[in-house]
Amino acid sequence: MLRRALLAILALLAQMPAGRAEDPFITVASTTSTEQSGLFQYLLPLFQQAAGITVRVVAVGTGQALKIGEHGDADVLLVHDKIGEDAFVAAGFGVGRHDVMYNDFVLVGPSGDPAGIAGVTDITEAFKRIAAKPATFVSRGDDSGTDRLEKRLWAAAGIDPVAARARWYKDIGSGMGPALNTAAAIEAYTISDRGTWISFKNRRALRIVLEGDKRLFNQYGVMLVNPARHPHVKAALGQRFIDWLVAPEGQRAIANYKIDGEQLFFPDAS
Amino acid sequence: MSNEIIDALARALRLIAGVDPTLADIVLLSLRVSLAATVAGTLIGLPLGAVLAVSRFAGRGALVVLFNALMGLPPVVVGLAVYLLLSRSGALGGLGVLFTPTAMVIAQTILIAPIVASLARQVIEDLWAQHRDLFLSDGVGIVRRSAMLLSLGRYSLVTAILAGLGRALAEVGAILIVGGNIAGFTRTMTTAISLETSRGDLPLALGLGAILFALTLSINGAAYLIAQTARRAAL
Repeated sequence: MLRRALLAILALLAQMPAGRAEDPFITVASTTSTEQSGLFQYLLPLFQQAAGITVRVVAVGTGQALKIGEHGDADVLLVHDKIGEDAFVAAGFGVGRHDVMYNDFVLVGPSGDPAGIAGVTDITEAFKRIAAKPATFVSRGDDSGTDRLEKRLWAAAGIDPVAARARWYKDIGSGMGPALNTAAAIEAYTISDRGTWISFKNRRALRIVLEGDKRLFNQYGVMLVNPARHPHVKAALGQRFIDWLVAPEGQRAIANYKIDGEQLFFPDAS
Repeated sequence: MSNEIIDALARALRLIAGVDPTLADIVLLSLRVSLAATVAGTLIGLPLGAVLAVSRFAGRGALVVLFNALMGLPPVVVGLAVYLLLSRSGALGGLGVLFTPTAMVIAQTILIAPIVASLARQVIEDLWAQHRDLFLSDGVGIVRRSAMLLSLGRYSLVTAILAGLGRALAEVGAILIVGGNIAGFTRTMTTAISLETSRGDLPLALGLGAILFALTLSINGAAYLIAQTARRAAL
């Protein structure tokens, strides 16, 4: 009885199409900022036309994307945490890391600006004012590129809201979208990457309160998951994607992606 | 708030009227994955539930409790376990089905089978209590008993199966992990709703939710009508 049931299930699953299996495809683990901003929706059809390769994007936080790469469940990684990426390559999980594009992070906050950030240009000064007020701050807390940067900024400001169990510091353990939804709803400050912010539709009273500090620079890098470590990785196809991204064609496409005339990502492959 | 709900319904109607191709893909994938998982879960759950209902052995009580508890399996934990199993670094990594609809079907089947099994067990147990003297005096074996009672109780069992289907269509946590929410490939209605909420496009997320519910309502309505017709025909 059980055996018959198992065979029936296997037959069912075998009929489940694994996809348009005839088309060559690669799996790219990337971050929520590139997916939610709509960049991939714009770029990938262009790559598909140029190379005939379908790209399947799994969009998660940078920490999770690196883990997916470690397990060999993706062929290419496109993330934004250079420190994490370099460690990934050093540990032998990735090869051939290239800069691809950059933009920046912004500090967003309620239009009432309870912490009095308006006019401040130093991000650590802004963080000190938020802690001093104290004004509510939403943290992603999900080990993403954005989260790692935010924690580094608190350290630079000499404040440790996690150790202090600060009640104004709301660690929601989620992606950028949920963080913005939360900050909008409870009128709090939060750090966002510009790509997600520009395409975010539920701003309510949130607006940018600080931008332009050099420490808010946001570099995106792409690399191949090491085929020596995971032989099944589609190294050739993955490398074609990386090559396209850093070549003039891909770089031009990145620069051309705009929302309401505003450019979200700036190509900088050397 | 009510503004957003009206926006949502308007958005939903525009999506349907515009026959948006992305929407069609998403709806079809939701249906394919959930129906496949329900069929698989039913094929596992009905026989298991029936056999459990009609047999008596040491430890049976513990199994009943276990199956009941499995109905409450946290979906995100199932998703994580299936991810680790299907990952290239995992035991079944060689199958290469992670981040495909197949992985989503597997995760949903694990969630549905206990529901169908437990509900079926209850239905069959009640029937068994009614008919056991008949069966026992004729010396009918466990397999035949189960098959006959499953057939007898088929109208009640439809509810158990529909419960499984409803559970499948509503699933989001597990399939986000094992499917990866890949655009045009493993994005279902529920994972699309999750994504659009992240994007702050609440009217679209709500609109998709309205469409999903309308779909579930239609399926249940159709099942009810079919059952009614069949029942009348059988009389």
